[in-house]
Amino acid sequence: MKDSVEDDALVKRLLAGDEDAFRDLINAHHTNMVRLARSFVRNPATAEEVTQETWLQVLNGLDKFEGRSTLKSWIFSILANRARTRAVRDGRTVLFSDMSGEAGEGDPAVDPARFNAAGYWHLPPRPWDDLTPERLAASGQIGEQLTGAMDELPDAQRAVVMLRDVEGCSSEEACNVLGISETNQRVLLHRGRSRLRRLLEPLMELARDHCCREPCWYAAMSPSSSRTSWKVG
Amino acid sequence: MLVCRDVTELVTDFVEGRMSFWDRARFQLHLGMCRHCREYVRQMQKTRRLLGESPHEAPSSDIEAELLRRFKDWKST
Repeated sequence: MKDSVEDDALVKRLLAGDEDAFRDLINAHHTNMVRLARSFVRNPATAEEVTQETWLQVLNGLDKFEGRSTLKSWIFSILANRARTRAVRDGRTVLFSDMSGEAGEGDPAVDPARFNAAGYWHLPPRPWDDLTPERLAASGQIGEQLTGAMDELPDAQRAVVMLRDVEGCSSEEACNVLGISETNQRVLLHRGRSRLRRLLEPLMELARDHCCREPCWYAAMSPSSSRTSWKVG
Repeated sequence: MLVCRDVTELVTDFVEGRMSFWDRARFQLHLGMCRHCREYVRQMQKTRRLLGESPHEAPSSDIEAELLRRFKDWKST
């Protein structure tokens, strides 16, 4: 409801030729649109071209936008259709409905070596503590690493994770944009998120080790620290 | 009985609310007993949050200028 009111206002401003409104819109979505286009067309220049064409199609169709979906998912649907058509023309197809190549049995969420034979944790995840100030500083880097890691995901996983977690679309919207079933969407989301968690794991550990260089409770606990620090009272 | 490996494969069904009543109960029972799996679920949620919080990357100024030029063309037609 809130979205549709905001969308209505935004569409009115765009139709009135409000440049700031258009600038905000491209700043919010352009880069992610290029990213989505790259799930269909490999060439970055082609993805950029498809995205720019999409903006033109969005503007030309704006007066026909009925608000049956959010403006965002409408824009991403136009983009996905254009990118798909372009990929077919270039002789490339991304089979979002066929996950066998991307997310089969051979892609477990967690390295099997971390479980014992019965399937219980052998090497459990070490806690990612709440962000301390030091770690907040480090998390800027983590955001960057995460964006880089996302670009490394298989095409269909990246498309789903980007729409769901970065753009904040609902699962229904993501399914409509990509033309895939809810189950398919959920499997791709699961594979993508699991992979990103795996990539984050060493970074979050690193951030914690960094915290531990400061004199803190953890440092006092470590065997290398002087025993005198244990004096109580 | 769910084992930890199952939890790591079912976590998305759980957070997406796509589990039957009994599967959900079994999942929650395991979480109640296993702090490692609770931590795992927290990490998956954290991953998702960090993705949502990652700053919007604006397009390059060249691209922005080109798109604004097209916007002006569109406006004038």
